[in-house]
Amino acid sequence: MCPHCGMRSQNEFSYGGDASVKRPELNKEISNQDWDNFVYNRKSLRGKHWELWQHISGCRQWIKVERDTATHEIFNTLKAYEEIL
Amino acid sequence: MQKYSIFNLVKNAFSNHQNWDLAWKDPTPKKEYDVVIIGGGGHGLATAYYLAKEHNITNVAIIEKGWIGGGNVGRNTTIIRSNYMHDDNALFSEFGMDLWRKMSQDLNYNVMFSPRGIINLAHSDAQMNVYARRGNSMRLNGIDAVLLNREQVREIIPMADFSENVRFPIFGGLMQPSAGTARHDAVAWGYARQADSMGVDIIQNCEVIGFDVSSGKINGVRTSRGDIKAKKIGLCVAGSTNILAEKLNMTLPIETHLLQACVSEPVKPVLDGVVTFGAGHFYISQSDKGEMVMGGDLDGYNSYAQRGNLPTLQHVLTEGIAMMPFLSKLKMLRTWGGIMDMSMDGSPIIDKTHIKGLYLNCGWCYGGFKATPASGWTFAHTIAQDRVHELNSGYSLNRFNTGHLLDEKGLGTKTWIS
Repeated sequence: MCPHCGMRSQNEFSYGGDASVKRPELNKEISNQDWDNFVYNRKSLRGKHWELWQHISGCRQWIKVERDTATHEIFNTLKAYEEIL
Repeated sequence: MQKYSIFNLVKNAFSNHQNWDLAWKDPTPKKEYDVVIIGGGGHGLATAYYLAKEHNITNVAIIEKGWIGGGNVGRNTTIIRSNYMHDDNALFSEFGMDLWRKMSQDLNYNVMFSPRGIINLAHSDAQMNVYARRGNSMRLNGIDAVLLNREQVREIIPMADFSENVRFPIFGGLMQPSAGTARHDAVAWGYARQADSMGVDIIQNCEVIGFDVSSGKINGVRTSRGDIKAKKIGLCVAGSTNILAEKLNMTLPIETHLLQACVSEPVKPVLDGVVTFGAGHFYISQSDKGEMVMGGDLDGYNSYAQRGNLPTLQHVLTEGIAMMPFLSKLKMLRTWGGIMDMSMDGSPIIDKTHIKGLYLNCGWCYGGFKATPASGWTFAHTIAQDRVHELNSGYSLNRFNTGHLLDEKGLGTKTWIS
């Protein structure tokens, strides 16, 4: 379910990774560990998972999706700028 | 342990094969072991076997949540190869090839290793250049590699699409004649049987619930069948790595993804070796039963479901049909999925961790099966000696921190990069 276009086929969406990962702030001293956590390290847990997806064959907007990694069930979708509750 | 031989086969025939020993026991977990290996897949079983054989450490338990060989070692496409360019990968894999060649004798178990060759197809001049470079690198590391032109490829796989005006014409290919396939279940069972006979306890239906860590040292593991003490614990759990890492408060450069494979109905022998499509991600071989065994890309999103979705399968098989049009006439017999521990650079991790006594073996991505013996051998060394062997020194955990990535093909978690 795209928050812009409504229900669409899974084929139209492309995966973009964990949505909870935050880029370290600009112009601040960043430790190597912080960069590692941003670039490489992932929790990747079983169960509910907030993810970025792109509606690549549709409106081409990036969206946030709450999905179960064990069952593939989708619970919630948000526009990219909306904060995860 | 009874040796498997023609003599014993005949002898047991007289009692209708009712009196064979069990291949491995079903022990109750002891309170304490020298080493506990978590994960009874190919890599875990091989690790326990080499701990016993090479390092004389036999007070070892393998604990497995399900049953041995029920995960990725029973779900792969059985391809064995060492056609890598980077030294770290090439030397590690070629060491493994030697173990594969000796495995059936070594384990007294027919793993049906069949070195029938692998061809990576090239579809442009640029790709031929890349393959020439990779082939030369392989040869410098003592691995056999042959660069084939279009006609030479046609002689080996005439059923591929050599017609005019195709989107991805075949320019040639890179072949490793010594690559091949093996029977994956037999690998798990062979290692299990030998490890068991040397005193390793294989404990199935035993799930890890937590770890006992104090002042930076591992003391044991809590399981669904009671607490087990051990000064050394090895993690060999592939797609479940992230779940156990969370229990240890570690975040790793690993994501868990879904990879599908499928087989067609059995047909008469048509394809001798393994062939990969160079303009996408598709690989195919034919099993001894005649089924075409095929696989390709990840589904692309994090997943713990051991089943995939059809759009990815369709995408993968479209590539297959582009390469070998006759595949479109075959019926699909079975499809299945496994969960992969995808590392961020596409290469594995076999290393110590910041917790003393805890060792990590993960990140096998698409290539876990072929690495089974070399992974077990080097992981056993790392655990027994408490230091990394030269062969797995490139597979360190901190390479992501220091920038020494091993980006052989850049095939990590992001399918769209390839």
